[in-house]
Amino acid sequence: MTNSDKNRLKDKAFQVFGIFCTFIGLVVLAIFLIDILIEGISRIDWDFITSLPSRRASRAGILTAWAGTLWILGLTSVIAFPLGIAAGVYLEEYSKKTKLANFLEINIANLAGVPSIIYGLLGMEIFGRILGLGGSLLSGALTLSLLILPIIIVTTREAIKAVPRSIRDASYALGASKWQTTWNQVLPASFGGILTGIILSLSRAVGEAAPLIVIGALAYVPFVPTSPTDEFTVLPIQIFNWTSRPQADFLVNAAAAIIILLLITFILNGIAVYLRSKWQNKVKW
Amino acid sequence: MRLLLKSHLACKNFPLRVQERIIEGLLWLSAVITILITAAIIWVLLSESVSFFSEVSIIDFLTDKEWTPLFAQKHFGILPLVAGTLLTTAIAIAVALPIGLTIAVYLNEYAPGRFKQTVKPLLEILATIPTVVYGFFALTVVTPFLQKIIPTLAGFNALSAGIVMGIMIIPMISSLSEDAISAVPRSLREAAYGMGSTRLQTAFGVMVPAASSGIVVSVILAISRAVGETMIVAIAAGQQPRLTLDPTVPIETITTYIVQVSLGDVPHGSLEYRTIFAAGITLFIFTFALNNLSFWIKKKYQEKYD
Amino acid sequence: MSKKPYKLEARNLNAFYGGFHALKDINIAMEEKAVTAFIGPSGCGKSTFLRTLNRMNDYIDGFRVEGDILLDGRDIYGKDVRVDELRKEVGMVFQKPNPFPKTIFENVVYGLKIQGIKDKKVLTEAAERSLRQTALWEEVKDKMDKSALALSGGQQQRLCIARALAISPSVILMDEPTSALDPISTAKIEELIYELKNDYTIVIVTHNMQQAGRVSDQTAFFYMGELVEYAKTKTMFTSPKHERTQNYITGRFG
Repeated sequence: MTNSDKNRLKDKAFQVFGIFCTFIGLVVLAIFLIDILIEGISRIDWDFITSLPSRRASRAGILTAWAGTLWILGLTSVIAFPLGIAAGVYLEEYSKKTKLANFLEINIANLAGVPSIIYGLLGMEIFGRILGLGGSLLSGALTLSLLILPIIIVTTREAIKAVPRSIRDASYALGASKWQTTWNQVLPASFGGILTGIILSLSRAVGEAAPLIVIGALAYVPFVPTSPTDEFTVLPIQIFNWTSRPQADFLVNAAAAIIILLLITFILNGIAVYLRSKWQNKVKW
Repeated sequence: MRLLLKSHLACKNFPLRVQERIIEGLLWLSAVITILITAAIIWVLLSESVSFFSEVSIIDFLTDKEWTPLFAQKHFGILPLVAGTLLTTAIAIAVALPIGLTIAVYLNEYAPGRFKQTVKPLLEILATIPTVVYGFFALTVVTPFLQKIIPTLAGFNALSAGIVMGIMIIPMISSLSEDAISAVPRSLREAAYGMGSTRLQTAFGVMVPAASSGIVVSVILAISRAVGETMIVAIAAGQQPRLTLDPTVPIETITTYIVQVSLGDVPHGSLEYRTIFAAGITLFIFTFALNNLSFWIKKKYQEKYD
Repeated sequence: MSKKPYKLEARNLNAFYGGFHALKDINIAMEEKAVTAFIGPSGCGKSTFLRTLNRMNDYIDGFRVEGDILLDGRDIYGKDVRVDELRKEVGMVFQKPNPFPKTIFENVVYGLKIQGIKDKKVLTEAAERSLRQTALWEEVKDKMDKSALALSGGQQQRLCIARALAISPSVILMDEPTSALDPISTAKIEELIYELKNDYTIVIVTHNMQQAGRVSDQTAFFYMGELVEYAKTKTMFTSPKHERTQNYITGRFG
């Protein structure tokens, strides 16, 4: 066998290994999804979705958990979106290349890398204790807002960056002010990108358990929350709680709740992917 | 029209200018809030830790080999938690780095364009699954499976938590590395092919070294992510702080400890309460250092190519 | 020949991008209701100068000007001048057509809307008037609510001119307005410029010597940030004073 034959063989071998590696993640993912489905799907019925938690696995439902998740999503959106988009607009459209701008940029990248549980510690002290919100929905939503803020800022900036200079020039040349240009031209033109970013950030928030556990969200909440100051639980915490119990019945409940949680996550991500591709296919300037 | 000009150039519409100022101020404030968040994180961690270290010597904290703050016989050595964290992280990287890098090279140098476009978003799904779900997977699927191979494997262990965390991190390494590799100038690849290299030789002889700083950045970010990961280890790795490198026994990571204390009813102001901030600041220092290392490398790398 | 009054004047104008001296001591006076063309090789400063006339360079970091630019005798860089008001007086058309990704109607009335004009009737009338001025009305009157991006390049550029006209400026700056267009669209724009100069003062930057010759009354030749020669277009093209000008217009360097 010549040297060149050997090289070609190695080349082929790597190709096979490459395909193997590419698929191993997907295969594991598939096994996992199928396993969850087999274990949990039969447990999902109307009662499961509309029942309060219970100490008996067969009677426990996820009503308070998904209601809490929806509350958290809503409140987090209201807090984080305006703040994140405004910060992104400032950094991309307004700020000059100063030391402050540079520092802001590094700082935001750093925040994006802070583990979620640290945000939990922050939320517990600032929102829970100092502001006296305790383990309430508001406390949780504020904490998750800070957590997803960097994601929103970064995606907003990218979406705004993609708006061509010429659009701004045209608007300025017609006597528009900076804000008029931003509001009437830049934001509408980058809307798709920003929307994609905020949906992705929501899909991140919906799966978070650790920071909410730290601020004191409970696993057992007997009532559906009716105001932002109520105590709450969310699906991931409910899943965590059921997973940590020794009885096998609770594992089945966990699997069923996971199906619901994944459904929400996948729908959010699906919308984001759809929006992104739709936006990319739009007329190029 | 000449008359119009006079009024045009004068300071009419004064309120508009004020409105612009107010809006710019609000936008500025939103951006500056991010600095406040960082400051608040550091302040919260520091202020509680300072109280902690006024009661526990920092030398004990760094050298004691036991962590038992919740027991009667209290020890405050962070090493077992750090060891648990590093062990699960090491396993995760051992899984994710070879697979992720191979995927990156394969997609860039071998795979047809359409295949790449289909597979990449599929792989990204791995990164979007909530970590509590991965924890469930580690505990109920991976551990029982591994127990068939390693009968001595405990029900809670670093191995299966680490492996599952590795799977979660694969897309992080693969897509960041892939970006780095595709950023290598075409001319380099063509030069390698021009000299008769195979794809494999081109990939690992030219492309990977040329993209090395970008790949290193992806690995550092992945490490940072693994160090801070909470729910997988909290569910599947156990809650027993132990200074060991044995992946088959239950351990506890820094993050798990914080969850464990948060689930219990520890009164504010107690020493036990402060331990989670001491653990938190240790975790923060790790991830902060890793993140900044990655920025530093990225910056150097950009300068090199511009 | 009757002397028209000066509309725009630059006095001892210097401009800098950071440390780069982009415009050197420019002195020029442009007549009202006439077309002035700026010519010169790439990077000679003609576009920079054009953009100082409505302060489009204000947002560029590190850009600054020294000296005066007078519009109807008033310094446009004066402290009491509002940039947005100035730009309503001095409109601009760009190198590549840059319609907003909105409807044709929204494009034309944008300048009026941001001035706070909401009356639908006023807007509709203004839109029709400016579209007629640019000879676009017949082509687009039935699709005013269609996206402007669906128009051809030449139509888009005429739409951009209509958009500038809608806010009734007295000066229109054009930065190589036909460089991205085909010859037929170019001819239409040139024809339009010829008509517009009855009502507007027009300043046009162009790379195309023939175009300068066809549309302009006065021509200014820029080289390396300096104004080398400024004269009646006919005079400059037949008997340029400077050798550099001659070399440039005969195509010996570009």
